[in-house]
Amino acid sequence: MRYLHGLIAAAVMAGGLAAPLHAQDFIIVQSTTSTENSGLFGHLLPRFTEETGIEVRVVAVGTGQAIQNAVNGDGDVLFVHSKPEEEAFVTQGYGVERFDVMYNDYVIVGPANDPAGVAGSDDAVAALAAIAEVEAVFVSRGDDSGTHKAELRLWEEAGIDPTAASGGWYREAGAGMGATLNLATEMRGYALTDRGTWISFGNKGDQQVVVEGDPRLFNQYGVILVNPEVHPHVKAELGQRFIDWLLSPAGQQAIADFRIDGQQLFFPNAGGGA
Amino acid sequence: MHDFGAAFGEAFRLVLTADPALVEIVLLSLRVTLTAVASACLVGLPLGAFLAVVRFPGRMAVVVVLNALMGLPPVVVGLLVYLLLSSSGPLGVLGLLYTPTAMIIAQAVLVTPIVAALSRQAIEDLHREYDEQLRAMGMGPFAQALTLLWDGRYSLLTAALAGFGRAIAEVGAVIIVGGNINHVTRVMTTTIALETSKGNLGLAVGLGVVLILISVMVTGAVMALRGTAVRLAHV
Repeated sequence: MRYLHGLIAAAVMAGGLAAPLHAQDFIIVQSTTSTENSGLFGHLLPRFTEETGIEVRVVAVGTGQAIQNAVNGDGDVLFVHSKPEEEAFVTQGYGVERFDVMYNDYVIVGPANDPAGVAGSDDAVAALAAIAEVEAVFVSRGDDSGTHKAELRLWEEAGIDPTAASGGWYREAGAGMGATLNLATEMRGYALTDRGTWISFGNKGDQQVVVEGDPRLFNQYGVILVNPEVHPHVKAELGQRFIDWLLSPAGQQAIADFRIDGQQLFFPNAGGGA
Repeated sequence: MHDFGAAFGEAFRLVLTADPALVEIVLLSLRVTLTAVASACLVGLPLGAFLAVVRFPGRMAVVVVLNALMGLPPVVVGLLVYLLLSSSGPLGVLGLLYTPTAMIIAQAVLVTPIVAALSRQAIEDLHREYDEQLRAMGMGPFAQALTLLWDGRYSLLTAALAGFGRAIAEVGAVIIVGGNINHVTRVMTTTIALETSKGNLGLAVGLGVVLILISVMVTGAVMALRGTAVRLAHV
């Protein structure tokens, strides 16, 4: 039993070393992998915390899971990018009000040899049709995320049901954006990704952006306070301060200032709407 | 393709510079996993000893279930603990979701069956060997279990190490109940998952090498402790 005691003692010691949990105020934000993985939060949150003393803890998951977690009350603020679901979240009473914050855009990336011959196009729908025509590999998120839904809308517009070829040239990864891009790099396939994740992605291989600039590739982000009337423990005041800051000139400027390799990833449009 | 050399270089750079972010993550990993394994031992060792020594109807069924639970899928455990601790769940009022405590609970649930099942086997083997002697000494089941736990302490250490290995390497459960929040619930495995998803494969593998090194160090320390104890016992 002495060793058990040793183990426990070691555990307590490790606990003591790693224990400095912040006693300050904090809120939990349910958000998406695209905002976290691109580094946007790493850029924004220290500024907000410095101004207000409020610590922001981000849980970065897929849009679907983020909304579900917020429905369960496991967060104070929801910050995602799938407008229809966000509006439903508010209509159902789980959220107080939805605000536009910023947008970025989707791009289609593909291998340098470009088997579908779509490089340089600004017509996403025609590009997908060309990819389907030559049956070039296309890697889909396949996880019901905001990006996946945007991709499916484009296929629908092209009048193609890619899932008929699932397992063939159409590969459903069932994974996050980064994992899907890793797959696309390995398979030398096409994929739809948000530009932010793409620019900061570290394993591009010989993949490059082939289609961009189509208005249909527009990707709006919204922010919502979780309704304290449904979940009384929600830190409404602190959460509202975060939302107010994001929408304020200071917050909007901080979003615009965020750059990777000199490129602006997110374009603030609070109050404007689109 | 990806350069293994670069990955190991990354690992050495992380270790040599004692990168503060890395130190924080490693300490949290150790704190969560060691606490979880200690808790699992507190429950699992007595449970294993009880099952080894005491005969009761349905005992075999319990043993089969316990052995099967060694293969609990971490994601399922994570989801169950999430549902328990969620604000909408039965234990939501405790406010434990997205804290290290939630991660400890999830890992303890994963590891307890491993400790219990392996210690049951070890003690049952001993019990078969010493049953007559113990009974001749007039020991009841409780005293027998205690004696065998002490006698089998080295095998039980291996059971605890198996639990440690499972817990320190696990990602599916802790990423759900911890949320992988920077500076709060980010541990080695969730960092590796995150860096992989960012496409930073070199850094991810580097962190993996560090994780393996730490696992080797903990196991080595425990084995050395055991070796010293054995030598002292024979002096």
